[in-house]
Amino acid sequence: MARQFTAKIVTANALLEGDVIYLTADDRWSRNHAEAELIDDEAHAQLRLLKAESQRLLVVGPYLADAKAGPDGPEPVHFRETFRTRGPSNYAHGKQEAAHV
Amino acid sequence: MYSYTDFDEAFVRSRAAQFRGQVERRIAGALTEDEFRPLRLMNGLYLQLHAYMLRVAIPYGTLSSAQMRQLAMIADRWDKGYGHFTTRQNIQFNWPKLPDVPDVIDALADVQMHAIQTSGNTIRNVTADHFAGAAADEIEDPRPVAELIRQWSSDHPEFQFLPRKFKIGITGAPSDRAVTRAHDIGLRMVRDASGEVGFEVIVGGGLGRTPLIGQVIRPFLKKPDLLPYLEAIVSVYNVMGRRDNKFKARIKITVFENGIDAFRAAVEARFAITRAEFAGIDQSQLARIAAEFAPPAFRAAPDDAYLAARAADPQFRDWADTNLAAHRAPGYAIVSISLKAHGATPGDATSDQMRLMADLADRYGHGELRISHEQNVILPHVHKSDLPAVHAALAPAGLATANIGLVSDIIACPGMDYCALATARSIPVAQQIATHFKAIGLEAAIGQLKIKISGCINACGHHHVGHIGILGLDRAGVENYQITLGGDHTERAAIGDKVGPGFAYDQVVPAIERLLRAYLALRTGQGESFIDAFRRLGPAPFKAALYPDEVAQDAA
Repeated sequence: MARQFTAKIVTANALLEGDVIYLTADDRWSRNHAEAELIDDEAHAQLRLLKAESQRLLVVGPYLADAKAGPDGPEPVHFRETFRTRGPSNYAHGKQEAAHV
Repeated sequence: MYSYTDFDEAFVRSRAAQFRGQVERRIAGALTEDEFRPLRLMNGLYLQLHAYMLRVAIPYGTLSSAQMRQLAMIADRWDKGYGHFTTRQNIQFNWPKLPDVPDVIDALADVQMHAIQTSGNTIRNVTADHFAGAAADEIEDPRPVAELIRQWSSDHPEFQFLPRKFKIGITGAPSDRAVTRAHDIGLRMVRDASGEVGFEVIVGGGLGRTPLIGQVIRPFLKKPDLLPYLEAIVSVYNVMGRRDNKFKARIKITVFENGIDAFRAAVEARFAITRAEFAGIDQSQLARIAAEFAPPAFRAAPDDAYLAARAADPQFRDWADTNLAAHRAPGYAIVSISLKAHGATPGDATSDQMRLMADLADRYGHGELRISHEQNVILPHVHKSDLPAVHAALAPAGLATANIGLVSDIIACPGMDYCALATARSIPVAQQIATHFKAIGLEAAIGQLKIKISGCINACGHHHVGHIGILGLDRAGVENYQITLGGDHTERAAIGDKVGPGFAYDQVVPAIERLLRAYLALRTGQGESFIDAFRRLGPAPFKAALYPDEVAQDAA
């Protein structure tokens, strides 16, 4: 039996600021994980990753990250992705800042 | 201090202009990321978890006050008002934006600094004893040689694509404050039987995935032979080093796999050729460099003010007892400014703190500063009579923490708060240990202790050579911390041993407390440090303290 596919989101860093970004279902790049497109299908995930990789002027290093459905939208599964949704723990920098980017 | 020649200036400016063009082409789309990545890494620009990171070299850890002020300006103008000093005597800016980086590089060039070869498979920033030129136990100031190595290795055409990165550390003192045995090449200045100064050359040390203590390849190398010998080592490694496996590509693996004797034979054969190729221009250059490192004009003055402050002010006395080191000049002291205030991020300084330290260097320290691999800032030459004023100025800026060498003076890499390679966080673990031991009031009682924390196996936090090493890992999607004991970063270099299973994030501080309470109970007295007690007793009693449940099970 094929192993079960874990839901994914497409994430990358923005070329100019390096900020963490997420591919949305309507082909935008959002700074907010909850707006990401949650992808249940492996083939679709690969197509969405290809779409991301083609956007060389906007993004760096796109990849598929595990995610799960939450009340407000997709939520990260791994702690590394959780940290990427907010920024460092020693200062309220990155996405924790109101005026970020 | 060294100042750039016209050649240095032209080289750094041309590299800055070249990088500006590369950034412009990346943004315009003429370069893909695959094409741009090696170019940005050549110039110290990483893409980390949340942002770009620019790593700027501080050659052999020496900074002028003007350079420190410029770093503060860069932090304010293009970053978030602070910088992070690293275990390789670099400074990292964690939040630059790509279009701004060429301006940052230009601003660095304005004060004779750069980010060249702070990444990539090249010879990296040469590190040195942070007390160089000041330490009482020093044979010679190693910085002229370090500067010579910087010039030789910068843009060296043969060594731009080595099998892997290459780190050189140098000390001029018998007390090894430069961790020379954990470098690809370590250089220790020594005297031979006739009293002549030369180098003990150590090769193949390194931490990371496969920690190895370096081995002596040459017990005594004459000074004029240094560059040809270094060139022989690196060129032999360039050919013999493995390029098939990134994890086996460092020179420590080359030396380990071939054996030190075979490696030495290959180096000596190559040295016969390189030695003939160096026609002496390096030695005339070294003489010119050495003149720029002439010691400042030390003054003869009474130190009554120092003695009076010691007698009158217990806070000053505590600080003086922990943060001062012996200077070679009578009446002077070396001041270590702790960037480890309890709860602060190890190695971070705000722009205001940088400016204050620069001002104090100008006023009391001949305009010189040093960055230690232990992530503190040094004022190398302060007359003792000025120490009360220095302390009084540091205190309101949060820079007078009296904890150098104590439990809270922790090395920590950026870990998963910043680093894309990290497997767990380091900074909050350091913050929690520091604040906890202050809260329970045991810091002074515990005394000298080196805790070093890395957030992944690459060991930027030097955990292997910590008396207590902490390594953060990802165990099945959860942060987990391995503890090693018995490491040593000095001339008695040793790799610490793992003593048992790792600890969850919130169990690290209690584990360290059990360990250190066991030490306090077991030591012969205040004079026996943790590492001395560990060496006397072996790991068993400390392992029992770390894993009390296992002991209870064994007893049942």
